[in-house]
Amino acid sequence: MTPVSAPDSASESTARRLPGDLAIWFFILAELLAFGVFFVVYAFTRANHVELFNAEQLTLDRTSGAINTVLLLTSSFFVVRAVQVAEAGFSRRAAPWLAAAFACGAGFVVVKIFEYAEKIGAGISLSSSTFYMFYLSLTFFHFMHVILGLVIIAAMWNGARTGRYGPDNMNGIETGAAYWHMVDLVWLILFPLIYVMR
Amino acid sequence: MQSSLSSPPHASSHGTPNRAAIIWAALIFATMLTWLVGERGDAGPAITALLMTIAFAKGTLIILDYMALRRAPLMWPLIALGWMLLVCSMIGLAYWKGLAA
Repeated sequence: MTPVSAPDSASESTARRLPGDLAIWFFILAELLAFGVFFVVYAFTRANHVELFNAEQLTLDRTSGAINTVLLLTSSFFVVRAVQVAEAGFSRRAAPWLAAAFACGAGFVVVKIFEYAEKIGAGISLSSSTFYMFYLSLTFFHFMHVILGLVIIAAMWNGARTGRYGPDNMNGIETGAAYWHMVDLVWLILFPLIYVMR
Repeated sequence: MQSSLSSPPHASSHGTPNRAAIIWAALIFATMLTWLVGERGDAGPAITALLMTIAFAKGTLIILDYMALRRAPLMWPLIALGWMLLVCSMIGLAYWKGLAA
């Protein structure tokens, strides 16, 4: 005689589930659509000004861009670890992972501020050229998403520190994590598109 | 008790710590590859195809594993991966258009 509960628990453990709040996923889709349109518009504008874009792209600091990519990826890894630890029932132990994720995100902000300061110091602005208009507006649009992400990570850290999360209460930490990974995801296209592709 | 810090007592729906770390290492390696292409000044259709393929591969790992859409209802990973594929393809198409201009 097969136990009635066995199939139920098995199906529960393998059931497909969207992590976090459904609303954040609609927000993420809207954000991906906006970034996607910007990326494609940049690419087709470049197609009409290849020499200008190639020449001015050389003034960008690719190493800063790569360091920022590493910081965002590492931050995302720390957020994944925080979610895993919280899901295992150790909410307070997720807090140091989130603090590390915040530190990496803050590192991104610092590197970007130095990059902007160098460009502004060289007299570059939105009206300098079509390339710099795209470079500044696209990276700043992303930069603002990083700032919002840091606020969200700080809130998640506070929740973890107070023991809010656990296997039965993952909605908050999963929702914030999904947003932060989206910020990472769009940078993975932005970096090669603007800093490297020529 | 100490071991539970790095190894949760039960399988997580967000994968294992080891898997997350291996994916992180792969993402960093791919980033170094992209940076190297930029530093060498490599250009051309094949390089652009390589860069977009690397971006798509990195995005796939983020979407399926870090965002945990691998275990989500099929519609969600398909939408996210479809977005990634569409954007990378359009960038490739635009690059080709720039060559022809």
